[in-house]
Amino acid sequence: MSADLRTTYLGLELANPLVPSASTLSSRIDTLKRLEDAGAAAVVMQSLFEEQIEHDEVQTHRVLEVGVESFAEAASFFPELEEYNTGPDEYLRHLEACKRELGIPVIGSLNGVSDGGWVRYAKLIQEAGADALELNVYFIAADPQETGFLVEKRYLDLVSSVRENVSIPLAVKVGPYFSSMANMAQRFAEAGADGLVLFNRFVQPDIDLERLEVESSLHLSTSDELLLGLRWIAILHGRVRTSLAATTGVHTAEDALKLLLAGADVTMMASALFRHGPEHLRVVLDGITTWLDAHGYASVEQMKGSMSQRSVEDPIAFARSNYMQMLVNYTSPYDWREIPGSVQA
Amino acid sequence: MTASGTRITVDGNEAAARIAHRLSEVIAIYPITPSSTMGELADAWSAAGRTNLWDAVPEVIEMQSEAGAAGALHGALQAGSLCTTFTASQGLLLMIPNMYKIAGELTPAVIHVAARTIATHALSIFGDHSDVMAVRPTGWAMLASSDVQEAQDLAAIAHAATLECRVPFLHFFDGFRTSHEVNVIVALGDDALRALVDDHLVRAHRDRALSPDRPVLRGSAQNPDVFFQAREASTPFHAIVPQVVQWTMDRFAELTGRAYHLFDYSGAPDAERVVVVMGSGNGAVRETVDALVERGEKVGVVAVRLFRPFSAGAFVASLPSSVRAIAVLDRTKEPGAPGEPLYQDVVTALAERVAEGALTVMPRVIGGRYGLSSKEFDPAMAKAVFDELAKDTPKNHFTVGIVDDVSRTSLDVDRSFTTEPDDVVRAVFYGLGADGTVSANKSSVKIIAENTDLHAQGYFVYDSKKSGSTTISHLRFGPKPIRSTYLIGSGRASFVACHQFHFLERLDVLDVAAPGATFLLNSPFGAETVWERLPVEVQRLILEKGLRLFVVDAQKVAGEAGLGARVNTILQTCFFALAAVLPREDAIGAIKRSIEKSYGKRGRAVVEQNFAAVDATLEQLHEVVVPEKVSGGVHTVPPVPDEAPDFVKRVTAAMIAGKGDLLPVSAFPVDGTFPTGTATWERRSIAHEIPIWDPEICIDCAKCALVCPHAAIRMKVFEPIEADHAPASFKHKDWRDRDNPGMWMTIQVAPDDCTGCGVCVDVCPAKSKEVVKHRAIDMEPKADHLDDERAAWDFFLGVPPADRREVKVASIKGSQMLEPLFEFSGACAGCGETPYLKLLSQMYGDRIMVANATGCSSIYGGNLPTTPWSKDAEGRGPAWSNSLFEDNAEFGLGMRLSLDHQLAYARTSLERLAATVGEEHARAILDASQDDEAQIAEQRGRVAELKRILETSPGDEERNLLAVADALVRKSVWIVGGDGWAYDIGFGGLDHVLASGRDVNVLVLDTQVYSNTGGQASKATPRGAVAKFAAAGKRTGRKDLGLFAAAYGNVYVGQIAMGADNAQTVKALAEAESWPGPSLLIAYSTCIAHGIDMSTSMTHQTEAVKTGFWPLWRYDPRLAVDGQRPMQLDSKAPSLRLAEFQSKEARFAMLERARPEAYAELQALAQADAEERWRLYEQLAGVERHAPGQPENGHREAPGQEEGTES
Repeated sequence: MSADLRTTYLGLELANPLVPSASTLSSRIDTLKRLEDAGAAAVVMQSLFEEQIEHDEVQTHRVLEVGVESFAEAASFFPELEEYNTGPDEYLRHLEACKRELGIPVIGSLNGVSDGGWVRYAKLIQEAGADALELNVYFIAADPQETGFLVEKRYLDLVSSVRENVSIPLAVKVGPYFSSMANMAQRFAEAGADGLVLFNRFVQPDIDLERLEVESSLHLSTSDELLLGLRWIAILHGRVRTSLAATTGVHTAEDALKLLLAGADVTMMASALFRHGPEHLRVVLDGITTWLDAHGYASVEQMKGSMSQRSVEDPIAFARSNYMQMLVNYTSPYDWREIPGSVQA
Repeated sequence: MTASGTRITVDGNEAAARIAHRLSEVIAIYPITPSSTMGELADAWSAAGRTNLWDAVPEVIEMQSEAGAAGALHGALQAGSLCTTFTASQGLLLMIPNMYKIAGELTPAVIHVAARTIATHALSIFGDHSDVMAVRPTGWAMLASSDVQEAQDLAAIAHAATLECRVPFLHFFDGFRTSHEVNVIVALGDDALRALVDDHLVRAHRDRALSPDRPVLRGSAQNPDVFFQAREASTPFHAIVPQVVQWTMDRFAELTGRAYHLFDYSGAPDAERVVVVMGSGNGAVRETVDALVERGEKVGVVAVRLFRPFSAGAFVASLPSSVRAIAVLDRTKEPGAPGEPLYQDVVTALAERVAEGALTVMPRVIGGRYGLSSKEFDPAMAKAVFDELAKDTPKNHFTVGIVDDVSRTSLDVDRSFTTEPDDVVRAVFYGLGADGTVSANKSSVKIIAENTDLHAQGYFVYDSKKSGSTTISHLRFGPKPIRSTYLIGSGRASFVACHQFHFLERLDVLDVAAPGATFLLNSPFGAETVWERLPVEVQRLILEKGLRLFVVDAQKVAGEAGLGARVNTILQTCFFALAAVLPREDAIGAIKRSIEKSYGKRGRAVVEQNFAAVDATLEQLHEVVVPEKVSGGVHTVPPVPDEAPDFVKRVTAAMIAGKGDLLPVSAFPVDGTFPTGTATWERRSIAHEIPIWDPEICIDCAKCALVCPHAAIRMKVFEPIEADHAPASFKHKDWRDRDNPGMWMTIQVAPDDCTGCGVCVDVCPAKSKEVVKHRAIDMEPKADHLDDERAAWDFFLGVPPADRREVKVASIKGSQMLEPLFEFSGACAGCGETPYLKLLSQMYGDRIMVANATGCSSIYGGNLPTTPWSKDAEGRGPAWSNSLFEDNAEFGLGMRLSLDHQLAYARTSLERLAATVGEEHARAILDASQDDEAQIAEQRGRVAELKRILETSPGDEERNLLAVADALVRKSVWIVGGDGWAYDIGFGGLDHVLASGRDVNVLVLDTQVYSNTGGQASKATPRGAVAKFAAAGKRTGRKDLGLFAAAYGNVYVGQIAMGADNAQTVKALAEAESWPGPSLLIAYSTCIAHGIDMSTSMTHQTEAVKTGFWPLWRYDPRLAVDGQRPMQLDSKAPSLRLAEFQSKEARFAMLERARPEAYAELQALAQADAEERWRLYEQLAGVERHAPGQPENGHREAPGQEEGTES
């Protein structure tokens, strides 16, 4: 008999701990159905970006106003349409459709920019039927005048204001760049977060050497990137009372298993699904089952957090850089060509 | 009154179109100002599923011309549907042949016309009756509305009456004055329309229709034996029309309480002097009559409603028996006629009655012309007519409203006479096209109409420029319906708003202000500091008129709210606060509701931004404590500088200053011929930021000069000059050219002529090594550089231009060393069309004749006051003319034929006169090659010498040769126009001209849409694009005009896009010019109707090419002659999905958002179009080879690639 894969995340009973994370994978219902068929236990919708909506609205308006009422022969240059669909409607209708078509829980995702926007869109996502809401919070604290305290306050204020206005479970997806991640995690929980999603991957600016222009790029992740999340999940497991989701770098069953051992309630995937297709989720799931069976685990619940900081022999391993030990252990001959990612000529 | 009593605020076009759409089944449309709105509304309503009175959605189809619309109308009528169309001016003239047929066949139909001037010595888009008068003989009944309410009411009466009497109806109202006036009217509901339109008459119309189930023959050809009698057979139907119309009007009155008559008299019952008038002029005359009657004068006015058939009986019956003198006002000119049409009808009607004995005395009748091309016609002018009638020997065939100092026809007008009632608030707003002033004022009219019991009227005046244009809004509101069909005159406005501070220097904005009026000024200077910044002349008017001055920094409020330049809602809030027509809180609430209504569907963010601006406004509104005397050193700027030529100073300057109305007849050329090179004198100085050149970084590529839509960035390459001769701000660098070492070059902006579009910066490839954002040319605030750059520009103008003989004309750098002979047009900032014309003028401007189709290019090219077409130092330059929209190819061909004939004649004559001229000299002229600039210059020298010799010879043959000698120097003819002309209305002619084999060059400035009339779809509009008349996305693909032409085999064809490939454009222009047969260039032209950021007007074209949306190719028949493949593909196989390009243009993106399913379908088809087109082109050009293993992107250009192919 195979191990019981069930887990609980944000109070939702899930069939297993594999959840596609917020990405454009969710923009098509047929893809979502393939994911469901492949075993996805829930799905996080791609984020509703307030900034995008505002940008679209303002740009639509600007374009429609160019040249308007400035020349006798042409009062305007575009027909007035019945509807421009610049607002969140399209997203919300899609969310509703996903709820109708899928049997698994659907988690809405929101990236806001204004206080009002966070609350307004959170309510709309709840009304559209989302089972839970993930707040995808992403500020670049670039203002030298703004202290870390104020930045943290902005995060916490928005979580508590959304919490006050919606009743569905609330997850907060953040990056790792806090002076005190553990303290922030606890304060997120106090502000009303039911779960933490660790960690967000950001669009990063890059430079085009030919055109000398800055371009934003987001490359697919690799398994190497999961270690940061692994550390913090291991540290936070059992210390904060929220659910923990691991995201970034989950590509294989091995990746997922490590995170579950560290204490994740769910592991979230996107890059591997982009790379190998939705059906890859089934491969990972089968791998988890195989490993659990081979290693004699009865259930995911049993293993969850079994290697969290509190559960390992050397808890300090998660809390230090381990620089000394690395040096000591690094005894193999140095060959740069075999190191993945090193610069080739 | 019935349930149809709702008040609505609409303009005349909408008033008529609402009825037409509800009472029609087939609507054939074509855009023409000022009637386009009616077609646009009908199309939009049908696209949105709005039904007619019979619960069916009318079929709306855009045709290729008005002639096509009339043909479709005729056919649809024959098949038994209720049909209508909308048109004006030349468009109506194109319908005439079908109008005769439709009337001859006694077919009920209605055409709604926003009456507009017919082009004669000049085109005019404005209103008069010259178009409708041209269709008098067609047999259509003609019903005239004189205001917005009537435009609705008489529209309904026309639709009802035509079914009753079977005679088709032309319903017309004055273009702009009525078509574009916003007023409050009582709407006609469906109940009233149902009661008015008899369904059994609709069925009768169907019964008469063609049907194979009961076949008949209609449209036979008849012979002398029967045509005449058969033509007379319809007479009783025309005879009964007046009775039918009056009967319909009477039923209408029962239904609505609004009574109309064929001729409506108002005034004193015992009037002795009566004016007869038709159309909107009635409003001004009626007001005058009311005022004069109140003073005890015995005057009256007859408003003509049914002009054709002219009911002499009803007309005479409408006159009071006391009438002794009649003045008939015609809004048209019929040269050579014994009088204008209405005058003739009146005289005939009266004379017949007198002859019959029905009238005992023949009143004195005089006729006069007024209001041509929307010339103002106001009560003071009407009063002048009544005064004339009171004279013993009144002037006949007079004019009123102008000063005719040539033929002495004009009446003197007492400008102090006014009938404006005290209970009407009159407000005038000066705005910039881009700042939303007109939109805000339209909204204010609605707010007042919907939130108060007041009546309101709005009328809007625009200048002739497409960038930086000035708008003037005239608003009236008061307790009674407002029928003042004229502008708010000098000294009459109780509220004046100037929405742009800089207007004060150039426009006399306070002329309209009444004593004690409120003056609202949008000012960057606060209440404490603004006074010293006002021109002294403005201060003086404020003091003299005792104005209250308020300032608001609307730019600041708009900027903080994220509204950019749109100051409309801010100034609207100030207006309501100051005009106090509503309590402030109510006004603000109403403004917000209006914002919500206007912008709500575009998005919450837009609404919130405007709300924030409204809320922040009143804190910024301050009254200025006006000092007791003038102070400061600011003065108004003269419209043109002192050194301008005499004509420009006398005539052009007045037009620029907005005082063209004051120019007398003698100021004008008798035949519509104007000097070129005048735009340079109109220094509009509209940019906020101008490009500043950094010679340290510049790489001499000349792209900035090439792409500048306004010729405001110039390059010169010149011999080093003494540095101390130049102002310090004049910059130069060494010119990098191995063949011409030691030369200097400069890039110079014309700071007062730049529009600030930023296209030059966007294309500049040279970036600073230290700070990447700094390019060799950068936008900087004009105020920081104006004086320096003015000095540098003036110096630049004196630097000698390059010698055409020594420059490689057909290259980017070479062409840009040459002087543009198309400069400073008023085209939209960032216009994609004008760079082609400017380039053409640089390459060949000294020897081209331009035939220009009506459209954007004829407007920025030839709309007074000034023209961008100019001359070089020798006085040579493009000779330009516009004939019509539809005939431009033929017009240009005619030029060619004429030149060719003159050349042939000159050659024959020269052969004959060789002995006189000198055999050797004659031979040299006759045998000269003129293939390059040097040879052409030599020939010019020979011809100049020839002319010198001929001038001294007295013989006729010598004189005749002298008259055509210039034809011996090569001339090229360029036929220029937009896609609406080339693809649609002018296609038949274009095809014929290309087939003629003659040496003409056709340049299609293809914006893929009717740009000038506001973005209606043409056959160049791509699949999936949203345009007017294609509000649901155009379902069919773009016509491949180039392939049509290439099919002839002897036509040079080039499909070009300057922004994607500069060098290919230059090459194609040169090849087209040099091909001695017909050439067709189709030039991709970005347009504000595409919905892109126009500062990327050029770079954006790169993606159009990369996606295969606009492949670049040339078809050169010369290659076929040499046995090579004539078709050459100049762009590479598509390397981007079409969607990448389309998502960056609102015309596609709008559909993607609004109707995602429709977009997905059309997008897929458009992608397939692009792929199929490329596949076909590849086959035509020969199979393209790819080298296996080469990377697809980033490969190097082949060696020897011409400069500048990259973009």
